[in-house]
Amino acid sequence: MSNTVTYFTGFRGADLLFLAEAAWGTLKLSALSIAVGTALGVGLGWMLAELRATRPILVPLLDVFRSVPLIIQLVLFFNFVPMIGLGLSPFAAGCVVLSAYAAALVAQVARAGIESVGRPLRRAARSLGMSYGQAMRHVVLPMGLRTVFPAWVGIVLGVMKDSSLVSVLGYVELLRASQILITRTQEALFVLGVAGAFYFLLSWPVSWWAARHEKRWQQ
Amino acid sequence: MNSNFHWRPVLRALPDLIQAAFVTLEVAALSMLIGVVLGLALAMARDFTAPAAAPARWLAVAWVALARNTPALFQLYFFGFGLGAWGINMSPLAIVLAGLSFNNAGYLAETFRGGFRAVPAAQMRAALSLGMTRMQAMTRIVVPQVLRAVWHPLTNQMVWAVLMSSLGMLVGLHELAGETQAQASRTFRIFEYFAVAAVIYYVVVKLLVLGARLMAWRLFRGWSPA
Repeated sequence: MSNTVTYFTGFRGADLLFLAEAAWGTLKLSALSIAVGTALGVGLGWMLAELRATRPILVPLLDVFRSVPLIIQLVLFFNFVPMIGLGLSPFAAGCVVLSAYAAALVAQVARAGIESVGRPLRRAARSLGMSYGQAMRHVVLPMGLRTVFPAWVGIVLGVMKDSSLVSVLGYVELLRASQILITRTQEALFVLGVAGAFYFLLSWPVSWWAARHEKRWQQ
Repeated sequence: MNSNFHWRPVLRALPDLIQAAFVTLEVAALSMLIGVVLGLALAMARDFTAPAAAPARWLAVAWVALARNTPALFQLYFFGFGLGAWGINMSPLAIVLAGLSFNNAGYLAETFRGGFRAVPAAQMRAALSLGMTRMQAMTRIVVPQVLRAVWHPLTNQMVWAVLMSSLGMLVGLHELAGETQAQASRTFRIFEYFAVAAVIYYVVVKLLVLGARLMAWRLFRGWSPA
């Protein structure tokens, strides 16, 4: 073995593993954010649709998340947390911001879903003796879900792509990993191609699954 | 809260930030302009049926799929680092413009396809039967209706373009986010600077949406609501 240090080495098999691991990071980050964001967003959407008094506060508040670039939100939150004496890892901070962002988007969609089920239909459900909760669960939920499902899938894919921005906080997700590899291998086009393929691998199953569901529901 | 805010340096930098906000607007508007032209071309190419036009169709399909299924930052990196492998080195402004235009075109292609579908073919035939030329029918009957159908998504895309242009920060462009970062790294008042930037972004986006609404009201008045 020679003692010379090589700074640049070609793309190796292990690098593929490194990218796969980073893709797993992207998946974890987005899945967690989407889960939390959807739960929160449905609650908020229900408030928007059913408790009209909350609208003057909630609508402008949720609007902020869609009117300020995500990258600014991430930097702001990541720098705010230490100010109140807390410490959050880039992953956790990214999760919080992405969840809030997803919740703001889901809230509008959930509200549209609830409102898409007409009042007469819901009155009919209530007059059949269903409780409010039953009418929500058995009438509004299944019907509203079908209307807004494509929009929700759009949010899921959007959040997954936007999770790439958490790289600015230092979390090594797919895009950041590809940056690291580009610096070492100097094979930008190839590494980006692999990273792009991973993004496709992550988003394509979701699109496919969603399209299949939509078709089945239309029948 | 045992942290003191220092707003003075931010206020002193405010003129620079507002100047940078105009760069943001210019980049977004320019990328939208290119995006609209390319998006229209892609939308038409996707509906080509002639076998000879198959390569154009495939290019359009691939473009739209890539633009919609990969992160915008990935697309920016592709134009920034990826093309460097072919010896094409672009300035930060060119990278952001190329990336944003690529992204806008991909999304707008789908928007335009939907818009053209929203106008029934019978409208064209009816216009022709009234003695209009094809050009007249297009500019007076079809395009105004398409415009109305795509107005809202077009506005949304413009807002996105403004938000996406903040990625310029990561490739060294001094638009609003990039300028903010440059200023913030001078004083390390990161939170204060980015808070002000967030406010400016919010105002810019709100003004854009308001402007689009006013224009829509002026353009489409007298039309029955879609």
